[in-house]
Amino acid sequence: MADAPDEKKRANHQPQTKLLDELEKGPWPSFVSEIKAAAKTSDSARDLLGQLELSYEDKKSHWKHGGLVGVLGYGGGVIGRYSDVGEQFPNVAHFHTLRVNHPAGWFYSSEALRTICDIWERRGSGVTNMHGSTGDIILLGTTTDQLEPTFQELTHAGFDLGGSGSAVRTPSSCVGMARCEWACYDSMKLCYDLTMHYQDELHRPAFPYKFKFKCSACPNDCVASIARADMSIIGTWKDEMQVDHAEVANYAAAGLDIQKDVCSHCPTKCMDWDGKKLSIDNRDCVRCMHCINVMPKALRPGKEKGAVILLGAKAPILQGALLSSVLIPFVPADELFETIKELVSRIWDFWDEYGTNRERIGELIQRVGLPAFLEGIGLDPAPEMVSAPRDNPYIYFQAEKEGEQ
Amino acid sequence: MTTTPLQPRLTDIGPPSYDKYLPPIIRKNYGKWKYHEKLAPGVLCHVAESGDRLYTVRGGAPRLLSIQTIRKFADLADKYCGGHLRFTSRNNIEFLLEDPAGIEPLKQDLAAMGVPVGGTNNSISNIVHTQGWVHCHSAATDASGIVKSVMDALCDRFTHEDMPAKLRIALACCLNMCGAVHCSDIAILGVHRRPPKIQKDILPKVCEVPTLISSCPTGAIRSATFEGKPSVDVIEEQCMYCGNCYTVCPAMQLNDAENDGLSIWVGGKVSNARSEPRFSKLAIPFLPNNPPHWPEVVEAVVKIVDVYRQNARKYERVGEWIDRVGWPRFFELTGFEFTRYHIDDFKHAGLTFARSAHIRY
Repeated sequence: MADAPDEKKRANHQPQTKLLDELEKGPWPSFVSEIKAAAKTSDSARDLLGQLELSYEDKKSHWKHGGLVGVLGYGGGVIGRYSDVGEQFPNVAHFHTLRVNHPAGWFYSSEALRTICDIWERRGSGVTNMHGSTGDIILLGTTTDQLEPTFQELTHAGFDLGGSGSAVRTPSSCVGMARCEWACYDSMKLCYDLTMHYQDELHRPAFPYKFKFKCSACPNDCVASIARADMSIIGTWKDEMQVDHAEVANYAAAGLDIQKDVCSHCPTKCMDWDGKKLSIDNRDCVRCMHCINVMPKALRPGKEKGAVILLGAKAPILQGALLSSVLIPFVPADELFETIKELVSRIWDFWDEYGTNRERIGELIQRVGLPAFLEGIGLDPAPEMVSAPRDNPYIYFQAEKEGEQ
Repeated sequence: MTTTPLQPRLTDIGPPSYDKYLPPIIRKNYGKWKYHEKLAPGVLCHVAESGDRLYTVRGGAPRLLSIQTIRKFADLADKYCGGHLRFTSRNNIEFLLEDPAGIEPLKQDLAAMGVPVGGTNNSISNIVHTQGWVHCHSAATDASGIVKSVMDALCDRFTHEDMPAKLRIALACCLNMCGAVHCSDIAILGVHRRPPKIQKDILPKVCEVPTLISSCPTGAIRSATFEGKPSVDVIEEQCMYCGNCYTVCPAMQLNDAENDGLSIWVGGKVSNARSEPRFSKLAIPFLPNNPPHWPEVVEAVVKIVDVYRQNARKYERVGEWIDRVGWPRFFELTGFEFTRYHIDDFKHAGLTFARSAHIRY
């Protein structure tokens, strides 16, 4: 791109960064050092440094509201960004970001990483986020004319853009079966299958607002799906926990106080340790994971594995933060993809029909009520969906249909 | 466009397949892991049913990475891991080794690069965070600078597993919460505290007034005219500074150097272990924006970490510890002032009122 190769000349133009230089001290790796490393070969990284120093002086952002920029045929994947001090820092006057859909579980080969680095050295600032909050590789800052060529180089290297705007956002998953003994379903594969199935909805925003999928393969929820995904898919199991009693005894012999450290933390008090044997009443187990987390060699999830599907989490904007709540208490692992596809089409139909601009699915459910939503998508109410039945008597009784009691 | 387009033009190819970059040992043992052991802070050993052992070395990264550093990570992956590596959901980098003999030399190479090894089990892992002044228009504060300052102070808690339980910190630079900090043990949240300043001269040119009016969750934006053109007014006492209007209309300027700052929230979690997932609650309503080191924020976070570490029982997350000792004791132990701002007065506020005679004296 436009960056001149003359490093010496560029070095003479490094901006004064008295405040930012302070953040190169201390034991934690420094983002300032990272921007400076990129600035050795990138004019835009150098101006980013200069503008950021100005923000540190003024205590405010110098980025202007995003504009509509992107690549041909997509409505998302690029975040338009302009500087409000572009005359002072011309190389970041236009500084757009590409969201690149990460491989599930954030696994890479060194070769793939180098390919991305090479493209971003030619086409952009050389500054990245590994990774953005939703999971994408973030290529931070380039000019409008570089967006399409960057995109083409990325797709030829096997990478595509992620989601932005009122679209399916890049789904993410925990490491799952790749490196975790607790995986109750193949979260990386489901994440990939959903991403591929919803390519059109991901690249071409057509919803009232964003829709996020996050796949966690056990209730430890390492991708925070219950807090951050419109649809949270959290692995669990239905049958009895697998217990290796000899290993339980080994933990006890090694000094673990099983009654105190394991049983007393059980939320439903479903287990007992008599000093010799651990007994578990699996009917009361809520699959919280504490005992398994503490004794991974002795306890494992059961064999009848699958996931609970929850709906509606979001951050505060607009009406307040929500956690996802239970929609389907259990779906067997091998039926997850088909079940979700079918369920999602009914949910999106309802959202399309009744959702208002910038209304997440969780807020729509708050507005119309969960019973009306369930009826709309054709799902029967179940006691697993609530922490308790209602405690107010203001019930909207429906007129009885003819022939019903 | 300065270059010849690549042919054919590819679209909608999606990401690389989920199994494309998996190392051979993971391909072989995919879904067949049996248990894991902790070897040292930042070092895990996963054992497969086949008996294969996979060693993970986790390092802390600043999230914002130059291509130069990513290439260095790629070199280390070639040197120790057959060219494979991964990142975590908290912006750590993980090297996956088949040969445990590589662990110590790898740790030394990482130390030479300035990468701390840790973040596992009962440590404080990396802070997930947002863009801040590096790349966001609505940021009430910077993100990377505060994260750097806080992690400098807590680096030993990353490299040691000496907390009562895991402790997760997150930072979002405004209420949009791209970092979804609202379920963290400690959340640092940028806040605006004044209504938007309406740039009435440019508003009709850059905004759709009906969309702008409907964007306000509290109905604080009303239709008005300015010099004969459609405009809006803001009922200031109804505004809670969410910035949604600014997101749909750039003429609703919200950034304010004097009044923007930070708030601190505690006790949230996403894991289902023991207690249910829950939101973080307000600990400190406002701290000033004080770059480059944000000493007030660092001091507050360190205070919470220290008090929690001294008082919580083994396995208690911050919220679970506060459940046991009560909020009055939290404020007493931390020395944080309890103010009118701590009492919810938005929707469903009554749910947080103390509705019992259960009081600790």
